[in-house]
Amino acid sequence: MYGLIHRALQCFAQDTYGEDLWSKVVAEAGLECDAYEAMLTYPDDHLDKVLGALSIQVDKDTAQISEEIGSYLVTHSRMEPVRRLLRFGGTTYEEFVLSLEDLHDRVKLALPDLDLPRLEVDAHSKVSFRVAVNFSRTGFGSVLLGILRAMADDYGALVLLDLGSSFRNDVLTELVTVELFEADFAKGREFGLVSESVTS
Amino acid sequence: MNQALSTPAPARLVFMESGVLGALMPMHLHVSATGHIDSVGPTLAKLRPDETLLGRRFLEVFEVKRPLHVLNFADLLEQQRCPVRLRFRHGDRLGLKGLFVPQNTPNVTFPERRGGAHDGQASVKAEPSRKTMAAGLTGALVNLSLGVSVVEAVQRYNLSSADFAPADPTVDMLYLIEAKSIALEESKRLNARLEGARVEAEEQAYSDTLTGLQNRRAMDRTLKYLENAGQPFGLMHLDLDYFKQVNDTYGHGAGDQVLKHVAGVLLDEIRSGDLVARVGGDEFVLIFKGRVSLTVLEGIAWRIIARLEEPIAYGDDTCQISASIGTTLSSFYDNPVADRMLNDADQALYTSKDKGRACHTVFNPKQRGQ
Repeated sequence: MYGLIHRALQCFAQDTYGEDLWSKVVAEAGLECDAYEAMLTYPDDHLDKVLGALSIQVDKDTAQISEEIGSYLVTHSRMEPVRRLLRFGGTTYEEFVLSLEDLHDRVKLALPDLDLPRLEVDAHSKVSFRVAVNFSRTGFGSVLLGILRAMADDYGALVLLDLGSSFRNDVLTELVTVELFEADFAKGREFGLVSESVTS
Repeated sequence: MNQALSTPAPARLVFMESGVLGALMPMHLHVSATGHIDSVGPTLAKLRPDETLLGRRFLEVFEVKRPLHVLNFADLLEQQRCPVRLRFRHGDRLGLKGLFVPQNTPNVTFPERRGGAHDGQASVKAEPSRKTMAAGLTGALVNLSLGVSVVEAVQRYNLSSADFAPADPTVDMLYLIEAKSIALEESKRLNARLEGARVEAEEQAYSDTLTGLQNRRAMDRTLKYLENAGQPFGLMHLDLDYFKQVNDTYGHGAGDQVLKHVAGVLLDEIRSGDLVARVGGDEFVLIFKGRVSLTVLEGIAWRIIARLEEPIAYGDDTCQISASIGTTLSSFYDNPVADRMLNDADQALYTSKDKGRACHTVFNPKQRGQ
């Protein structure tokens, strides 16, 4: 898979738990390299190895760590581009959740080699949604949970989220339910359509 | 049959409120027959935050760059539907492009209404609005876009995705611009790192990439080793003659081919275990390990010169070079030091050059210090 994912995992471990811990993870996972390049590709099983090693090192289960990763992608300054690209989804949290369906194709336009899950959004009402994660590997649901939680803060929305799973067409599918209580609960973060880095 | 009969004919006229027009085309303008702006889309209005465009003359607000030679609004109205390029005349002179559509339907007749009960009411209501609608159908409708100025305008006027019509792909385009520039930035960083690694690898390498000979680093290492081990050796410094002319006349491709040919000749003339290094553009150092006699080295030197003077074919052309050589032996010194021997060989080489090139000089220890 594209190194962007591996790299994000590495940055998360380094920024959250420090360089020393990352070195231990590298050793624990038995990786030959100690840093990933975002624009190169690496085997998928590296992700499992790193996640497994990280889980042992920080003594948290992988779902917990995955959720932390999701929130890291939105909130950490190093990952600001990710937050910005997500905010393109819409001007409100509701629009953002609905836009998750386009995420896969949008990302494909920019990075044809990056394979992200296809998300399917069922809107039960204007405040109640269910996002199904269609992906070749499981575990992304927890990352999505972290992303949705952090994006709610970003928009200033008050939400209740829950991760579950069910069989859809005989495939176990992760499902995240989103209940939007208040769209303008707090002041969200600023977002301009054009990033300063584009024009500078 | 029935279906065919009931298919409605397309409406000849579609009326809409200016609010609807604004939602569909947030960057539209309507200009009256007299050339006055009488409707402005909300996003277009945002581009002039300190001005009111309504009621002003279109040509007073905008400079028309295309079509050419528009002096007054009547000129524009005479045009058929046409693409326009405009620029604000005052303040931030933002460029806009779009479509200009003249409207010439002065006498609007309303479709007959059927159904008696509402007849009276309808006609009473229709009377005042008929005038305004009729007026609305003269003049021109202009739908504008920011074109490539969009990035700049979005920032300057703080536009959000709500300022663009949902059918307008501008926001997707901005997304793509941003995503692509992030990817490009990452790629550039990767390239820079790879280039750094390549340079580093090259610096640590012992061979010359063009000729495959050893390089100066390899030569230094060998000389250091011989010096420390106190082993005898012969040192030959060779500089090509007329090489610059080859480069100047036939180009660097020819120069490169000549250098490869020279490398082949030099490798032919040494024994295995000896070393040939390319230490400069057209400079080479040969190290002969062990106790070698001066006579043998002289023989080798003259043979190298003779072989290098043979014409070298480069495509249809023939390149002609020669070489000057300076030689020294560790046995000349009580305490051989590599740096000094390199200097001495170099000095002998320049004696060869002074003698008129294409010759070999052995360093004379008696000249030392001169």
